[in-house]
Amino acid sequence: MPKDSGIGASSKRREDVRFLTGKGRYTDDINRAGQAYAYFLRSDVAHGRIRSIDTTEAAAMPGVLRIFTDEDFKDTGSLPTAWTVTSIDGSVQQEPRHPVLAEGIVRHVGEPIAGIVAETIEQARDAAEKIVLEMEELPAVTDAKAAVEAGAPQVHEELTSNLCFDWGFIQDNKAAVDAAFETAHHVTSLELVNQRVVANPMEPRCAVAEYDAGDDQYTLWTTSQNPHVIRMMMGAFVLNIPETKLRVVAPDVGGAFGSKIYNYNEEAFVTLAARILGRPVKWTSSRTEAFVSDAQGRDHQTKIELALDADGMFLAFRTETYANLGAYLRLFATVTPTYLHGPAAGGAYRTPLAYVNVKGVFTNTVPVDAYRGAGRPEGTYQLERLVDKAARELGIDPAELRRKNFVKPEEFPYQTPLAVVYDSGNYHATLDKLLDLSDYAGFAARRQESAARGKLRGYGFATWVECSGLAPSQLIGQLGARAGLYESAMVRVNPTGGIQVFTGTHSHGQGHETAFAQIVAEHLGIDEKLIEIIHGDTAKIPFGMGTYGSRSGAVGGAAILKATEKVIAKARKFAAHILEASEEDVNLVNGQFTVAGTDRSMAWAEVALAAYVPHNYPSDTLEPGLEESAFYDPENFVYPAGAYGCEVEVDPETGVVEVLNFVAADDFGTIINPMIVAGQQHGGVAQGIGQALLESAVYDKNGQLTSGSFMEYAMPRASDLPCFVVDHSCQTPTPHNPLGVKGCGEAGAIGAPPAVVNAVLDALNNGGYDVPDIDMPLSPSRVWAAMQSAS
Amino acid sequence: MVEISMNVNGKPVSGAVEGRTLLSAFLRDDLRLTGTHIGCDTSQCGACVVHVNGEAVKACTMFAAEADGAEVTTIEGMANADGTLGVVQQAFQDEHGLQCGFCTPGMVMSAAALLRDNPTPSEAEIREYLEGNICRCTGYHNIVKAIQTAAAKLTPVAAE
Ligand code: FES
Ligand code: FES
Repeated sequence: MPKDSGIGASSKRREDVRFLTGKGRYTDDINRAGQAYAYFLRSDVAHGRIRSIDTTEAAAMPGVLRIFTDEDFKDTGSLPTAWTVTSIDGSVQQEPRHPVLAEGIVRHVGEPIAGIVAETIEQARDAAEKIVLEMEELPAVTDAKAAVEAGAPQVHEELTSNLCFDWGFIQDNKAAVDAAFETAHHVTSLELVNQRVVANPMEPRCAVAEYDAGDDQYTLWTTSQNPHVIRMMMGAFVLNIPETKLRVVAPDVGGAFGSKIYNYNEEAFVTLAARILGRPVKWTSSRTEAFVSDAQGRDHQTKIELALDADGMFLAFRTETYANLGAYLRLFATVTPTYLHGPAAGGAYRTPLAYVNVKGVFTNTVPVDAYRGAGRPEGTYQLERLVDKAARELGIDPAELRRKNFVKPEEFPYQTPLAVVYDSGNYHATLDKLLDLSDYAGFAARRQESAARGKLRGYGFATWVECSGLAPSQLIGQLGARAGLYESAMVRVNPTGGIQVFTGTHSHGQGHETAFAQIVAEHLGIDEKLIEIIHGDTAKIPFGMGTYGSRSGAVGGAAILKATEKVIAKARKFAAHILEASEEDVNLVNGQFTVAGTDRSMAWAEVALAAYVPHNYPSDTLEPGLEESAFYDPENFVYPAGAYGCEVEVDPETGVVEVLNFVAADDFGTIINPMIVAGQQHGGVAQGIGQALLESAVYDKNGQLTSGSFMEYAMPRASDLPCFVVDHSCQTPTPHNPLGVKGCGEAGAIGAPPAVVNAVLDALNNGGYDVPDIDMPLSPSRVWAAMQSAS
Repeated sequence: MVEISMNVNGKPVSGAVEGRTLLSAFLRDDLRLTGTHIGCDTSQCGACVVHVNGEAVKACTMFAAEADGAEVTTIEGMANADGTLGVVQQAFQDEHGLQCGFCTPGMVMSAAALLRDNPTPSEAEIREYLEGNICRCTGYHNIVKAIQTAAAKLTPVAAE
């Protein structure tokens, strides 16, 4: 029977009530007394030298308080990146300065040049039009491969080239991998593009800063996934403000998907401007600005090859990728295509040999950062496309080829050739579940039925394994991380029994206020409603690293559990003292402390009160109060996995692809709230289908983003998507954290794109069109063109 | 500046606005009804949908002055008189039809308008109707379910 409370219950989300009544509090809903408004003059060229900038007339416009240029920020540091990647030759990544406002050169469309602060936003905007800017346009490069050719325009003059790093993983294995290709029975190879996409959370970014000169305190309200990270990065590296003087609040955040990790130029700008002007300063992004200033995602060009023996067993694979990083390095820019991409690039298979090469390249495009899945979708896409191609070439059923190469259930923990150890899994079980739920056996009949209507039907598989739960600090430290990725939690039991849980993770749609309360309720045996989850404010939460990389349950949840256990241990001391029993004999069961073998017991609430009324306690051994904090650093990553199946129909007359059915059979380990997990599956799959069929950030050769609004950039709409079938009943709880949870937030975005593309290729190839390959997004014109060139 | 007055969520309000002030800005900035959200600047996302004289309208496409004298309902006016969630709102919670909540006010307002025009919409009709509302979080699956659930509650017989 489904539970109605605690871990495993589909508790309704408590946060929904405020969202459904218009009482949510997003950053743009915050207004401070006396607030002024910032607007940015942004570059409209992708590469240019600022010859001169004259703000005289603009500064005299009504309402203008001040116009800031790079001169005002010359003492500020470079906006930082979080990871050092070392190249094959032992050199470290090239890292250019990333200024808050452009310093003489602009390197991408949308780069902020000047910031105007005025009494109203209209006045700031009007003034921006009066700034006289003389720009010498320079040649731009937008394609990663073109950017590393001889004679390509240099994005950063101070660097030796546009190559940020050239990373080989694992370099020592390369010779053995190459040797395996020499003697292989069959080699399948594929060149593909994982196109650039825009995260586009529905809430545009926003930042409001305030400075209190009396106690030299800054407060920044901002749309962030990780307020402590902003405080640390912006304080230490950009504005030189100590943590004690900067409070960062991320209130309700309207979606993020990786694009709200970074400590952005605009956040630093309003913080400094607020101090200089002595006024609160607010900036709200328009959607148009978001397209050219929010971090974008993906943008890989990859060649991948697979060596197989005569039985179809995988012997080795190798890849070469050009990863477009954009004009500057954002926080996860260099780790995303390397350590977040390489370790899981081997997927669910027991391929004994593997080598991953990635070249990170600067171009005159908007900087890239983590986007839902970050590196793992790219790795999964290339591998799953390749496996399908191999199956077609060898005439083996794609499900069977996968199955025979899967890591077997009894082989866990499984040491991969890509450094990591998969914790637990049963890839055969998720595939079986998928075949069952999608009625794979009945597919042939459905294909015939479509054919009778003149349509081409296809079924596409993808399996995926994610290296998630970021991250074991010791391991990532060895790999170049500049910070640890533990998480903190504090559990405060108040005298009247209500519990506050402070977590360093952040929720921007994931329902932490509900799910984390379920964890605590489960362990205390009390009503979830007595527990309140508090996040998103550095003044309240001791410390934290935020939410990304499917880490909140696996790392943040584990920290909460650890703090809860400490609270229980201390509460047990109070109970033992009052019940006059030894601590070992006192157990907490269903919210009651009971002395073993007796009928003496105390309710949780009585103990909570007693903790604050220390009238007769041995004060040397029992401190009053009931509040504990914990830091949890995972021992290892966790490895959720799944098998996806997509069924499409292609109209051969028009090239239009319709997704008829999408089934996701996932293994996320232990499930805290099945309803929320299913929602994460839906949303991830929708974003994956969006990338496969619709979305693309297109730059022309001059570096103009030609899909820079919702008019040109095709966001998935309700009518583009089917209802999904999602399942998470195959569960192999991870031994790597005490909850057994593996993380579910990124799954759909990882597994869906290859399933959709494989389905379309299946439809075409079985429909008489020999199309070996096609790149996303599968727009009707692209599909139609592929069919024409095949015929 | 133009003097305007209207009924918002049943209460008379008035203000002085510039001719270029959008209804969305008037609601958010002047009336501090921040439940109406702004997700784009090209009238594509639907986060700003409100009802003006009973019709679903994108508040970012209408000047505040054009709503002079109108009956306006925003998400803040959708709960029952006793403060509990209205049928459509409740269905969104029950079916997990929201995640970050940013598209939600517009979705609820659009859904309520749809169900008034078409009390028993098919799945395809719901998806078609939501053409102007973008959600990045839910994949729409549970939004569609929420609207079906609300339809069944509002029109129990017809839904059978
Ligand atoms: S804000 Fe009105 S449609 Fe986007
Ligand atoms: S719930 Fe986040 S955009 Fe719809």
